[in-house]
Amino acid sequence: MARGVTTQRKIINTTAAWAVGLLIFFPILWTILTSFKTEATAIADPPVFLAFDWTMENYTAVLERSDYARFLWNSIIIAGGSTVLGIIIAVPAAWSMAFVPSKRTKDILLWMLSTKMLPAVGVLYPIYLIFIRMGLLDTRLGLTIVLMLINLPIIVWMLYTYFKEIPGEILEAARMDGATLREEVLYILTPMAIPGIASTLLLNVILAWNEAFWTLNLTAAKAAPLTAFIASYSSPEGLFYAKLSAASTMAIAPILILGWFSQKQLVSGLTFGAVK
Amino acid sequence: MSLKKSLLAATALTCATAFSAHAQTTVTIATVNNGDMVRMQGLADEFTAANPDITLEWVTLEENVLRQRVTQDIAAKGGQFDVMTIGTYEVPIWGAQNWLVSLNDLPAEWDADDILPAIRDGLTIDGELYAAPFYGESSMVMYRTDLMEKAGLDMPEAPTWATIRTAAEAMTDKDNEIYGICLRGKAGWGENMAFLTAMSNSFGARWFDENWAPQLDSDEWAATVNFYMDLLNNYGPPGASTNGFNENLSLFQQGKCGMWIDATVAASFVTNPTDSTVADKVGFALAPDNGLGKRGNWLWAWSLAIPAGSDATDAAKKFIAWATSKDYTALVAENEGWANVPPGTRISLYENPEYAKVPFADMTLKSINQADPSAPSVQPVPYTGVQFVAIPEFAGIATQVGQEISAALAGQQSVEQALEKAQALTVDEMEAAGY
Repeated sequence: MARGVTTQRKIINTTAAWAVGLLIFFPILWTILTSFKTEATAIADPPVFLAFDWTMENYTAVLERSDYARFLWNSIIIAGGSTVLGIIIAVPAAWSMAFVPSKRTKDILLWMLSTKMLPAVGVLYPIYLIFIRMGLLDTRLGLTIVLMLINLPIIVWMLYTYFKEIPGEILEAARMDGATLREEVLYILTPMAIPGIASTLLLNVILAWNEAFWTLNLTAAKAAPLTAFIASYSSPEGLFYAKLSAASTMAIAPILILGWFSQKQLVSGLTFGAVK
Repeated sequence: MSLKKSLLAATALTCATAFSAHAQTTVTIATVNNGDMVRMQGLADEFTAANPDITLEWVTLEENVLRQRVTQDIAAKGGQFDVMTIGTYEVPIWGAQNWLVSLNDLPAEWDADDILPAIRDGLTIDGELYAAPFYGESSMVMYRTDLMEKAGLDMPEAPTWATIRTAAEAMTDKDNEIYGICLRGKAGWGENMAFLTAMSNSFGARWFDENWAPQLDSDEWAATVNFYMDLLNNYGPPGASTNGFNENLSLFQQGKCGMWIDATVAASFVTNPTDSTVADKVGFALAPDNGLGKRGNWLWAWSLAIPAGSDATDAAKKFIAWATSKDYTALVAENEGWANVPPGTRISLYENPEYAKVPFADMTLKSINQADPSAPSVQPVPYTGVQFVAIPEFAGIATQVGQEISAALAGQQSVEQALEKAQALTVDEMEAAGY
C-alpha cells in the first residue's frame, strides 16, 4: 500500500530535488552564461551572474576560427558508430550469458568488467603503436573500434541485466514453434528488450561523445571530434575563458538536447529491473 | 556519346583527379592556443593563397597535452604532424636525438643572422638550426605606476630583490584587496619552477654542480625559497599556491597586484585597454638581481620545427620560412598593429622605429639580452637552460620539486622539509637515469 504523503512533505521533497538538480546543473549553466560574456567580464571579481552586456562575439570568433561542422560530424560518426557496433556484438553475447549460462559465465562477466579497472594510459603506447602499424591513427574507423571496445563491457553488462528479466519460457515457446536462433534473437528477444537496448544505446552514445582520453591521443586534424575542439581553446598564456566556454557550450549542446528529449527512456531503462 | 568516348572521358577525369590529389600537399601543424599562434592561424590564408598546392591543417592543443602528444608521436614515429610548436627546452634534447629536421637550408631571404643571438643559440645544436623561433620571451617586472607613486617610491630600471620587497610592502593594502606582489605558485616545471629556477640563478643557486650532483640542499636554494615564501606569504594574494600565469594575469588586470614578475609576453595583455582595468598605469623593469651578476629572468622561445618522420618536409619548410619571416611581421603589423607583432626573435624588429613606440618593446629586448642559457647561474654548471635544465629527466624532476614547494607555500610543510624532500627525489631520479 502506498504511503500517504502530506503536502508539506511534498513541498520539502520537491524543493530538495530542485536544489540538488540546480547544484548539479550549475557548472553547465555557468559555462553557458560565461560564453555570452566578454573576456573581461568572464574574469570579473566579484563574478557577474546575469547583469552583463550579452554578446555573441565569442561564438562568432569560435565559428570563424574552427570548422565546427567537421568536429560535430566526427563526434556523431564516432559516438554513433561505436555504440551501434557495440550493440551488434553485445546482443548475442548477452543472450548467451542470460539464457545459456555456463559455469564460467559470472567469471567472464567479471573479467570483462575488470578491463575497465585498468587506467587507460596503461595501454596507450601499445594501442598507439598498433594504430601506426595498421594506419588507423587519426581515422574515424580507428576511434570507432577503440571506443566500441572500451564501452563493450558496459553494454554487455547492461543488456545481460535486461535480458535476465525476460522469462526464458517465451524464447522456449518460440523455439518450439520452429523459430531459428537468429529469428529468436531478432524477432522475439530484441523487441521485448527494446527499452533496455534504447537506454543502453543512449548511455553509450553519451559516454562515447564525452570520451576525451583516446579521442585526444589518437587523432590529429582529420578525425578529431568535439573533445579536441574544446581542448583547442584552452590556453596557457592568455585569458580566453569566454571563448573556451562558447566552444564547450557548442560541444555539449547536441548531447544535452538528445538527453533532454530521451530522458524518459533513459530513466526507465536505468531503473528497469529495480523493482522485483 | 559512345561507350568508347564515355570511357575515355571517365579515364581522363580520374587521371586529372588523381593528379591534382597528388599535387596537393597537406601540412599538419600542431600548435598551442596562445594569442600569437591564433593570429598566425587567422593570417594563414595569405600563405595558402601564395602556395595553392599546400593545404594547412591545424591541431591546437593545451600546452601540456601538446607536449605529450608530440613527444609520443615523434618517439613512436607516428608521422601525424609536419610542423610542431615546441619550446626551447625540447629543441636541444630532440635535436640531439635526430628527431628534428635541420633548418639550415631555409632560403637566404629568411635571414638567419637577423635572429637574436640568445634565441638562435638555444635552438642550434652542433651548428644545425633545428627550429625557427616564432616568438621569444623573457621575464620582467610589471608594476603599477600609480601605486608606486602613492607609496612615494620609484622603480629603478634594474631593481634588486631588496627593492622589490620594499615596494611590495609599501603597495600592499589587503583591506582593499591590493597585494604588493603576484608570483607563480602553481606546481609544475613550467609554472612555479620556471620562476624559481630563474630566481635561484640570481641568488647564486644551481640545480647541479659540475659533476651532476643535485644542489637543492644548498644555502643558496634555501635563501631563494625563503625569500619567495616571505614575499608571497606577507604581500601576495590569498591562495597563491594555485596561481599560474593565467590566474596572476587575471589578478593584475583587475588591479589587485602591485607587481607581477612574469613572461614579457604578458605586457601586451596588461596594457590592452579592452581587457585590463589598469592598462595605462603599467610600468616595466628588468627582473631583479642580488648584486651577484645574474638577474632572475628566463629565456624561452616558442618555435616551429619539423619532425624527422614528416612526409611533407619541403612544404613544411616553406610554411616555417613564411611564419617566422620579416614579411610575416609586417603582415601582422599591417593587420593588427605593431603591439601584436610576435616579439623577441628578430634584431630588425627592434631597430624598427615604429616598433620602438610600443611601450614594452625596449624592456623585452633588454630582458632577452640579459639571459645567458650557456652560463645561467653565478656558479659553473654542466647544463644549458636558464629556467630549466636541458636534459630529458628535468621535466619530471622539476614538477615533483614544484609540488613540494607549492605544498610549503600552502602551509603544509616547512621550506626546510620541502627542500630536503626535493634533494632526495632529485638524487634518486638522477641516479636512476645513470648520472
